[in-house]
Amino acid sequence: MKNNFLTIAVGSLLIASALQSCKPSNTSNAVTGNAAQKTYVAPGKYDEVYNFVSGGFSGQMSVYGLPSGRLFRVIPVFSVDPEKGWGYSEETKPMLNTSNGFVPWDDLHHVQLSKTNGDADGRWVFGNANNTPRIARIDLKTFKTVEIIELPNSAGNHSSPFLTENTEYVVAGTRFSVPPDNANGDVPINTYKQNFKGYISFVSVGKEDGKMDIAFQLECPGVNFDLSRAGKGASHGWFFFSCYNTEQANTLLEVNASKNDKDFIMAVNWKKAEEYIKAGKGKKTPAKYIHNTFNESTQTASSEMKNEVTVLNVRDFPDICYMMPCPKSPHGCDVDPTGEYIVGSGKLAALIPVFSFTKMLKAIENKAFDGSFDGVPVIKYEEALYGEVKKPGLGPLHTEFDANGNAYTSFFVSSEVVKWNIKDLKVLDRVPTFYSVGHLCVVEGDSKNPTGKYLIAYNKITKDRYLPTGPELCQSAQLYDISGDKMELLLDFPTIGEPHYAQAILADKIMKNSLKIYKIDDNKNPYVTKGESESKVVRDGNKVHVYMTCIRSHFAPDNIEGIKMGDEVYFHITNLEQDWDVPHGFAVKGAANAELLIMPGETQTLKWVPNKVGIIPIYCTDFCSALHQEMQGYVRVSPSGSNVPLIWSVGTNLPKE
Amino acid sequence: MKNNISPLSKALLVIAALLLVVSAFVPIWQIDLQAPQYPEGLTLKIYSDKLGGNVEIINGLNHYIGMKTLHADNFIEFTILKYIIFFYAAFALVAALLGKKKVLYTLLIMFILFGIIAMVDFWRWEYNYGHDLDPNAAIIVPGMAYQPPLIGFKQLLNFGAYSVPDIGGWFFIGSGLLMLIASIKEFKFSKS
Repeated sequence: MKNNFLTIAVGSLLIASALQSCKPSNTSNAVTGNAAQKTYVAPGKYDEVYNFVSGGFSGQMSVYGLPSGRLFRVIPVFSVDPEKGWGYSEETKPMLNTSNGFVPWDDLHHVQLSKTNGDADGRWVFGNANNTPRIARIDLKTFKTVEIIELPNSAGNHSSPFLTENTEYVVAGTRFSVPPDNANGDVPINTYKQNFKGYISFVSVGKEDGKMDIAFQLECPGVNFDLSRAGKGASHGWFFFSCYNTEQANTLLEVNASKNDKDFIMAVNWKKAEEYIKAGKGKKTPAKYIHNTFNESTQTASSEMKNEVTVLNVRDFPDICYMMPCPKSPHGCDVDPTGEYIVGSGKLAALIPVFSFTKMLKAIENKAFDGSFDGVPVIKYEEALYGEVKKPGLGPLHTEFDANGNAYTSFFVSSEVVKWNIKDLKVLDRVPTFYSVGHLCVVEGDSKNPTGKYLIAYNKITKDRYLPTGPELCQSAQLYDISGDKMELLLDFPTIGEPHYAQAILADKIMKNSLKIYKIDDNKNPYVTKGESESKVVRDGNKVHVYMTCIRSHFAPDNIEGIKMGDEVYFHITNLEQDWDVPHGFAVKGAANAELLIMPGETQTLKWVPNKVGIIPIYCTDFCSALHQEMQGYVRVSPSGSNVPLIWSVGTNLPKE
Repeated sequence: MKNNISPLSKALLVIAALLLVVSAFVPIWQIDLQAPQYPEGLTLKIYSDKLGGNVEIINGLNHYIGMKTLHADNFIEFTILKYIIFFYAAFALVAALLGKKKVLYTLLIMFILFGIIAMVDFWRWEYNYGHDLDPNAAIIVPGMAYQPPLIGFKQLLNFGAYSVPDIGGWFFIGSGLLMLIASIKEFKFSKS
């Protein structure tokens, strides 16, 4: 009996330890020996790749170098950024205007680099605002947001800012269907089916100047549009949008929008829509939306209210849109480099459907339809299907491609990246991500010619990956080498905000065009001061305009008297430097505002409303030179009605004995 | 016949004249500055009639040590240098045309004199800028002057200054050498 007991005790111990050693391996052994070598970019050396990463709920876009994973810049886009004066300086405030007024925050989910002939050209990068629907364009000469256009009839601009292969259009599909802006929106929420519509916007992009304009909107059935991709090559002229909530639920979507076995990928023949618009078939519809542009010559943003948009109701034009059934609430709908294959990724599915563009066209021609959805023909699933990738993982989200005919799909639920071959639909390799990958990105992996050396996974959960920082942890990206048959984890790096989609581009395409300074002679800001001798202070009622210059290491003027309570003071600061990497900063004690960061040759304006009588210091915030700490001045604030004259000077207001 | 120069010497003189004309339009001298913060370097280019390169940036930096700012307007040299060069180019052509040895020798001597005067002037110019410093400058290092080297390398605080002829300068020197070769050749020939 005793022996039996011992046997059982020892036996259970052995089983327990065996189980322990069966625990899945963690990262430490997921990294191979020379990963450090592959990601080491020696001091003073450049990275090979720029990675533009969406900042999610930070509203901004970040710029990383790869393979090092070093953060270079956070480009302020939809959220104010006091560090850079974005949304605080008079010049940039209009950029955040919307039809709802000044909105200081948004949620930037996706980025896309401008394209020429289906390849990233490095001119601009676009970002979407997911909350208050907008699209932003960032100029990659200056890494500055230069244009933001609002989208009417939309709510939650999620399937955006995806581009056609020559940047003819940047699209926006509404995530929330809502009653159109000019309809009566005061309706019961449960009248979704009757009153709610899904709008898709085609925003034209100027070939030379990049200027955006809503060319037309398509009024589509009420669903949630999720992601989208343009056709390319053979399928140029078409756009594909994933749709979920085809159940048209308005509450508890996690249950009610997950009922249908298949939702849709909506194929849009935008060339056809363009023809209808040209033929004058579009309906001019009242809508209020704002278009903000940053004029690079005056260095000043302005907002224009637009009052009309041209709409095509796809019910009336049945040859624009077609629905392709796609399993389980699709997220990604990605088009391979040839343009022939469209990969759907159902968030809750356990397979990946791959559609064939050729088959889809044939099905349309043969009217191989399975009825219609709210007036839009539904193509029979098998008629457009090329094939399914069987058992790839659970919860496919998004797919990008390499140059060798392979696809890489992220799996949120099973937390992995799976490599598979497009032609034979066979799974080739899989690697874990840490943890719960959302989007992924292959360098130029959505273009006609992916470079396919690196893949980056953007994860939602980091848990034990970094030193803990309390309940709120960083999110992260993971870099993989995909140049061999097997994917190889190289590096983790934390990101700002929450990274959703990101794009990566070879550094050569951008770095050669990067601007070093603004030429002071080209500065057309109405408040520019092109030399110390022109600096002055001008009173206009209770508004005081200070035309101030800065150069290492002083402001001119740096002594100002005669400011009174009740005044609004505008410091128009011109940085006279014409040398690379010599910005000056500007801050005013107690100002209920931010600082300015003024680049060489630039003029920026800080509004200050004094709220105390006394001597107020001003100083340079950006360590500009050996005498940076000397770069300071004083402003005297007197009571309102005081008769202190308005005087200003630099270097001449010597100590009184 | 003994007083005349050979066709080859004439050709050399014509080339010398051409080189001189070109040198009037391209930078003659350059001063390269290197500092830790300027790995890409800063360059001052001296033309026959203007200053080029990173003049504004150099002026901006020089205010720390109280050096006067450089402005082409402040140099009489820039209004006359080009014409002097043209004069010598014309002189060389005339010498080729006349083909007289005496004219050739005169040209050579005058040209060498001009070269020496130009270098003395350049040195004086560097001396004045390097020594005539604002006593209220932010950075004053006792005993320190900032005269760039006439030719070659010199460390000036955090900046290494490297002064060498630029393309125009080399053409100028080349032109002088051609005159010299022609003269030596003619001189030897007349002796033999």
